[in-house]
Amino acid sequence: MSGPAARAPAEGRRLTDVALLALGLVAAWQALYATVGDVAITPPLATLINAGGLLGSPIFWRHAEATADAFAVSLVIAAVGGVAAGVGLGFHRFSGLVAEPILTALYTLPKVTLYPVVLMLFGLGIEAKIAFGVMHGIIPVILITLNAVRNIDPVHLKTARALNLTAFETATRVLAPAVTPEIFTGLRIGFSLTLLGVIIGEMFASQRGLGFLLMNGINTHDVRTMMAVILLIVVFAVAAGTLLLAADRRLHRGARELR
Amino acid sequence: MRGVARARIAVIAGAVALLELLTRAGVIDRLTMIPPSAMAAHLRIMLLQGELDAPMAETFTNISIAFVLSVLIGIAGGLVIHARRRIRRLVDPLLASYYAVPFFVFYPLLITIFGLNRWPLIFIGFGFGAAAMVIATLNGLDRVPHVLRKVARVHGLGRAEEVWRVTLPAAAPHLAAGLKLALAYAFIGVIAGEFILSGTGLGHAIAYAYDSFDNPTMYALMLLVVMLAIGLNVAIHLFEEHLVRRRWRT
Repeated sequence: MSGPAARAPAEGRRLTDVALLALGLVAAWQALYATVGDVAITPPLATLINAGGLLGSPIFWRHAEATADAFAVSLVIAAVGGVAAGVGLGFHRFSGLVAEPILTALYTLPKVTLYPVVLMLFGLGIEAKIAFGVMHGIIPVILITLNAVRNIDPVHLKTARALNLTAFETATRVLAPAVTPEIFTGLRIGFSLTLLGVIIGEMFASQRGLGFLLMNGINTHDVRTMMAVILLIVVFAVAAGTLLLAADRRLHRGARELR
Repeated sequence: MRGVARARIAVIAGAVALLELLTRAGVIDRLTMIPPSAMAAHLRIMLLQGELDAPMAETFTNISIAFVLSVLIGIAGGLVIHARRRIRRLVDPLLASYYAVPFFVFYPLLITIFGLNRWPLIFIGFGFGAAAMVIATLNGLDRVPHVLRKVARVHGLGRAEEVWRVTLPAAAPHLAAGLKLALAYAFIGVIAGEFILSGTGLGHAIAYAYDSFDNPTMYALMLLVVMLAIGLNVAIHLFEEHLVRRRWRT
């Protein structure tokens, strides 16, 4: 497991495994297609070709851009707002205890059912999508940050006091490194859920974006477009998720080594 | 602890009162939202007249089946994935990005596979819940102290017996967390699925009321869903405390 020499074959085996997994998924997909036929799905190769076609069309990119814009804004709001609220609630023990179950209950709510309210408040546009993304993504960020801050080892704070650190130094040198790995995990989950929220928002509350393209495909029984859009969204989500997970692992490993 | 509970009730009561005030004073107009008291009154009438009996029974059945399936298959899946390191390394990134995929888009596909009945919805609820259960099971298994495995080996337990008597009990707190999430996700998956795509259940009733501009019914149903979500969390919380108490005793 250690040293570059041992790593190379492990890396090679890893690639084989990924290839095998991909192959298995494609085979399952093809088998599913063989049983249900053209009504509901398109086969893997055709979907890939359609997806390639989509990537070459300017209309698709207009929709993708609409989604990206809304997603970026929601993600910033969910991340900044979520971390700020989580840090506040984490340090103020009493508020944290009061708020945590309320937030958990809100998280359990099927938020799609509230979309009529969001629509009435924000109208049909980018605001509604952003609100939807934030609604989905912000609560896990708050909850995970809250727990990270609450579980800071008191020894860290005592050490900071013993070393006579200023409040600013304590925050930047002690607290921030202590909670960063956990908060990153929160942001990683927030990323996935915000994306889901924006796309669901687009499916109902928008005339633009990938979610709209998808819903349009479902409503007009345009299975080809639907499948191609799903494939692109899934590939994007899995790729982003894999990268974030790798970064997450590295942060947590770093934190363990320091301890 | 009493103070916390009281403050919590005060926060919720305050939020409801504020909403009541804003809607009554016309800051939020009646077409957008009706006062919470009006929602509650309408919900009471609907419940008394029994018009919600059928959709509620339908929704609860779907959620229950989806929940049980996600727990059983989720734990089994977690055990299998945990036992094989290679599978684990492959599946982890998939699990990490799992919840970014809007599951509902597969509803047309699910209808072609299962037919136009309750199973596509159950499958969506199951799909939501099972992944959470797998993740929680893996978390729990990761934290089973190595020494317990050794003890099992020393006592000559078979594979199945080790899992049943040592591994699963040791991972119980994480499994409980998984149960909680699986229930929440089954709830979300089924109701959201009903809302978006199906023609039955509570979720559909909300969508139907919205489409026919029936604001009182829509808000009454939303209130019901919110109360169900809160009730669910309270129930889970009590169950958890019960478990913790039992753990202390043994």
